[in-house]
Amino acid sequence: MTSAEGVAPQAGVTHRRPVRLGKVLAPYLLSLPAGLWLLALFLVPLAVMLSLSLQSCNFGTGACVMTWHWGEFGQQLSLYHAQFLNSIYFAGAATAIDLVVSFPIAYWIAFYGGSKKNFFLLMLLVPFFVSFVIRTIVWEFILSDQGIVLGTLKNAHLLPQNFHVLATGYAVVAGLAYNYLPFTALPLYVAIERIDKSVLEAAYDLYASKREAFTRVILPLTIPGLFAAFLLTFIPILGDYVNQQILGGTSNTMIGTVIQNAFLTNLDYAGGSALSAVLLAIALIGIFAYARILGSRTIEEYL
Amino acid sequence: MSTVVAAPERDAAPGHRAPRRRPRRRRWLLPVYSWLVIAYLVLPIFVMVAYSFNKVNTGLPQVSFSWNGFTTQWYQQWSSVPGLTSAFWLTIRLGIASTVLATVVGTLLALALVRYRPPQFHGKTFVEQIMFLNIAAPEIVLGASLLGLFVTINLARGFITLLLAHVAFSIAYVAVTVRARLAGFDRSLEEAAADLGANSWTTFRKITLPLIMPGILAGALMSFALSIDDFVTSNFVSGNVVPFPVWVYGATRVGIPPQVFVFGSAIFAVGILCALASIVVSRRKA
Repeated sequence: MTSAEGVAPQAGVTHRRPVRLGKVLAPYLLSLPAGLWLLALFLVPLAVMLSLSLQSCNFGTGACVMTWHWGEFGQQLSLYHAQFLNSIYFAGAATAIDLVVSFPIAYWIAFYGGSKKNFFLLMLLVPFFVSFVIRTIVWEFILSDQGIVLGTLKNAHLLPQNFHVLATGYAVVAGLAYNYLPFTALPLYVAIERIDKSVLEAAYDLYASKREAFTRVILPLTIPGLFAAFLLTFIPILGDYVNQQILGGTSNTMIGTVIQNAFLTNLDYAGGSALSAVLLAIALIGIFAYARILGSRTIEEYL
Repeated sequence: MSTVVAAPERDAAPGHRAPRRRPRRRRWLLPVYSWLVIAYLVLPIFVMVAYSFNKVNTGLPQVSFSWNGFTTQWYQQWSSVPGLTSAFWLTIRLGIASTVLATVVGTLLALALVRYRPPQFHGKTFVEQIMFLNIAAPEIVLGASLLGLFVTINLARGFITLLLAHVAFSIAYVAVTVRARLAGFDRSLEEAAADLGANSWTTFRKITLPLIMPGILAGALMSFALSIDDFVTSNFVSGNVVPFPVWVYGATRVGIPPQVFVFGSAIFAVGILCALASIVVSRRKA
């Protein structure tokens, strides 16, 4: 576990079997506790979820029996495809906003942050220091009909009195975009920060204009970061239901709300599991596409 | 996530040799834009702190949307909402317990990931993909699947299930954060200790542990922040035990007592002080 594995072992040490065995086992022993925990409380639950989605449950007691009922998926999707589409639509809109909003600031911090980089990164993370639910409630306050934004605009007669944002899809997208902005900005920052500045200078030496240097050097080099930012923003938003429930009123229901109600209100574990499994499948497709296109090695760099 | 604690020290001065092509009048655009984004990120926090000082005119102990004047009443009566206070202390206890477990387990995993590559460590890529999946998967999937497991094995929901779940979603973040700090670790110091006759355990305790301590602390802070902030997973696995975010979410239906914003402001103040302290410490070392 301690001395260097990469270095050739010293003569006096090589013949001591137990030490060698410990060294061979070291990476596995070190990752054993985490591996077991993630196996028992991440992978096994996912397997249980898949199995539950094929079972039939008694709605009264919540007791389930395995019936290999594949129809659950089709049934749930046909019941709730509108909510799925809402989720994809809101997640797409919020992710697009986040990518556009955070690229310039990530670029600015990476290239011009100088010695204050850590401070600016902390500023990007500042929303995380307020509880997620409270952050969303505060947006409810900000966007409320007579709140600091709309109230002011209405008093100035710039908006009609009956204008409202809360309980619309716009409010949900606004809340989602705010809450997930750091998840977009940080991978983008990492990607831009890693660009070798001498490559950029080479482009200028070869008479690239500022615009060409950006589109032909910077942008291609940040593609892995853009993809990672997309995954870390879009997929978590798909399952979000807090923003929708607090800001979206009773309309614009997202799939997360349906899953939550299935599990916690209706005790329909089979239905809820089937819907969760679809969400998980979308996440898996995204990650495998990333690994396929950009190589699995780069994934770790954006966490 | 880990970038804050492990920001590279290299200063960027792009194109300083190249002729100035950017028109002078546009050079203020990017900084002004960036500061506006920062203002946008900070704005809700100001609103939260402001509303924690807002008077309430109606008889009900609820925050109102309109501004009724300044009061410190809610800070004086910070613990007068019984359910809220006990939910807060539950969250703190849960945060500490899950942080201790997740930090130990996650740090060991980070050591394995930093020091060993596939010839010695088969399955490293698999472990990393599982970690990425764990971080990127919608949280509702984790919460729902854990609830499915606990229902299936008939484990009563409460503090234990919350703890199991919180550690499960913190391990990957801790491992990633600690690994970022371990990347530049100088192994020759450990070799020197071994050459001077220290055994493995002594080397680890006297050399490795003190050197990686800042990384471990950063991972622990990360884990604690994740735990006290978690709503979705907790909502699924909490049963009758109610942590702070779940309590606040429940209150949105019946009216939010102003004390919620007092707690929110206090958590924010403590968190930001810890973060600033860690920046100052890392700068002093550099």
